[in-house]
Amino acid sequence: MEYFVQQLVNGLTLGSIYGLVAIGYTMVYGIIGMVNFAHGDIFMLGAFAALIVFLVLSPIIGFTGVAVLVLLLAMLVVAMLMTSLWNWTIERVAYRPLRGSFRLAPLITAIGMSIFLSNFIQVAQGPRNKPIPGLVNDVYTIAGISVSLKQIVIMVVTAVLLAIFWYIVNHTPLGRAQRATEQDRKMAALLGIDVDRTISITFIMGAALAAVAGSMYLIYYGVASYNDGFVPGVKAFTAAVLGGIGSLPGAVLGGLLIGLIESLWSAYFTIAYKDVATFAILAFVLIFKPSGLLGRPEVEKV
Amino acid sequence: MADNNAASVRADDSLFQKGIKEGLFAGAISFGMFLLYIGIVTEQNIHNELVYRFRWGLLAAFVIIAAVGRFLIVTVVQPWVAARKANAKPAVEEKGFFSKNFLKIALVFLVFYPILAVTLAGTQGSLKYVDNFGIQILIYVMLAWGLNIVVGLAGLLDLGYVAFYAVGAYSYALLSSYFGLSFWLLLPISGILAALWGMILGFPVLRLRGDYLAIVTLAFGEIIRLVLINWTDVTKGTFGISSIPKATLFGIKFDASKEGFAALFGLAPSSAYYKIFLFYLILALCLLTAYVTIRLRRMPIGRAWEALREDEIACRALGINTVTTKLTAFATGAMFGGFAGSFFAARQGFVSPDSFIFMESAIILAIVVLGGMGSLTGIAIAAVAMIGGTELLREMEFLKHIFGDDFTPELYRMLLFGAAMVLVMLFKPRGFVGSREPTAFLKERKNVSSSFTKEGHG
Repeated sequence: MEYFVQQLVNGLTLGSIYGLVAIGYTMVYGIIGMVNFAHGDIFMLGAFAALIVFLVLSPIIGFTGVAVLVLLLAMLVVAMLMTSLWNWTIERVAYRPLRGSFRLAPLITAIGMSIFLSNFIQVAQGPRNKPIPGLVNDVYTIAGISVSLKQIVIMVVTAVLLAIFWYIVNHTPLGRAQRATEQDRKMAALLGIDVDRTISITFIMGAALAAVAGSMYLIYYGVASYNDGFVPGVKAFTAAVLGGIGSLPGAVLGGLLIGLIESLWSAYFTIAYKDVATFAILAFVLIFKPSGLLGRPEVEKV
Repeated sequence: MADNNAASVRADDSLFQKGIKEGLFAGAISFGMFLLYIGIVTEQNIHNELVYRFRWGLLAAFVIIAAVGRFLIVTVVQPWVAARKANAKPAVEEKGFFSKNFLKIALVFLVFYPILAVTLAGTQGSLKYVDNFGIQILIYVMLAWGLNIVVGLAGLLDLGYVAFYAVGAYSYALLSSYFGLSFWLLLPISGILAALWGMILGFPVLRLRGDYLAIVTLAFGEIIRLVLINWTDVTKGTFGISSIPKATLFGIKFDASKEGFAALFGLAPSSAYYKIFLFYLILALCLLTAYVTIRLRRMPIGRAWEALREDEIACRALGINTVTTKLTAFATGAMFGGFAGSFFAARQGFVSPDSFIFMESAIILAIVVLGGMGSLTGIAIAAVAMIGGTELLREMEFLKHIFGDDFTPELYRMLLFGAAMVLVMLFKPRGFVGSREPTAFLKERKNVSSSFTKEGHG
């Protein structure tokens, strides 16, 4: 039982990270109907930004009490700024000119962008894994289950960000513009919504969340690598699809489920096939229930 | 007249100002983007700790290139493009001798290529040209032509094509090492097995379209690779299968024994003969692929593929059975992937799951996209440019003198691939060869301009 609860805690931690990345996929898909294949690599860029900030700042301010908090905050903020800038530029340069092109064009560009980004980091920062020393190492034991401070931080940050994003999307003019653009881009433009700006902001929001997820990933595993974007990216996309693509709570639910499935599968079956499990879920959901758990079924217009 | 001049001067002024403004903006943005990733590099020191180092010079170079580049685009390139568009005449191109007979010339060149390499570089020296350039490029030409059937003709974006390549390679590797069957028997068997897998994987995705289809095929490709890694009893996992038997020519083996090819024809023993044999083999396989593709395009099934690509709903309304159409596209494409796979196994003598990663699928797809989906010539040119280009990058020692000793050109190949995919989609979405010859026409054949072909609806 304790083992099971332990795996549950680990799964939820991992699931929070996937959920954060999945929101980026789901928001972009919702608003322009495109699978942003490069989103996983934005996540990786976020992890690298956090890594570099950590390396530069930690000798200056040290590891004592408040300093760790400042360091964490600096890592998060800089990573968010970095990926926002990158995703904004990518959308501007690579995706926007293709709106209205044939349907597969943005996907192909996004795949090209994904290859470009991971290899850019490989060339600029070197192909080796980049380990960092543990940032927060405290572990608490509650009724036989060990929960590390890292895990608590990750879950709390995820929960807080979700609350903020849920509020933005549902209760602000910006969120209203986003939902309107999602429903009907042309009509939204006629009603005075700056559609281009709304789409840009959506990309920025997705990138900021991916950066947070990337920083958390770095803190959790203590290592970053240029090809970290692909597999977590596909898993997060699976999460978005499982939860129902286009649905914000769905993305989080899907992320948590994927995290749980992955850690329980590794714990009770074979760890070797854990990625097969995720990929199989992805295929099954897309084939048998493309609208996912919480999504709206797509109506085919002729 | 004076008014006109003044107006144009003012226009130039404002253009210049606009250029400066946009250039500065681009510089600022690129400074922000590259500050961390280029300006600071992280490295392990001898104690295996991560340390960082600033690279201000490189960062400055990036920022200046971005700013100046944007300035030139705004002030020079954009007005030039606009002027050209305004003055554009309906192009009546007279085709030269070379472009008319391009295919014949290319074919003759390919047939004599190994002989040329041997005469110019000697038997041993020709190895590099025949193997690294010739065979390597032709394998990708064949793979890209195979994928072209699925993506270019039927319009189904397949991101897991490398799985069929893997099926072909492992079929040959396993069946020949466990049962000792020969290459010529296993070549068609690999193709059939790959086609079967094409059907098996194609069946569940029949209902999907566009990007969902792409993602599911990616998932299938990864599943097959992970199974190859983890099913260690049969596939030996990441170690791979080594010492796979070579192909033979009418029973003549290519080895140093008395019955070997070199001894039989009284030649000095060299591994070059096997490579030259393989070169002609892959050339023949490529030609087979091209022939089948060209013939199929004229048959009802090929027409159905192209109709499916243009509009699936209209296709169904016209009574075309989309299930069989899609499945045959998957199976035919997969079959050629299987042929190429078994050839690959015979050439390398070693297969491991590392050869069948997603990046391979992406490279093949990039070639198809760059060549202009559907155009065989364009795809072949793209394969020569991309694969030959990366092999050339490897050869360019002089780059090391410019960029320093730790400069490894191979690292840049995927970077260039990715950038090329994006740029081609942005500026020439129909690929280098921007027009497509219609297979069905009334009275005379007219080239369809790229501006009229718009595909992938639904």
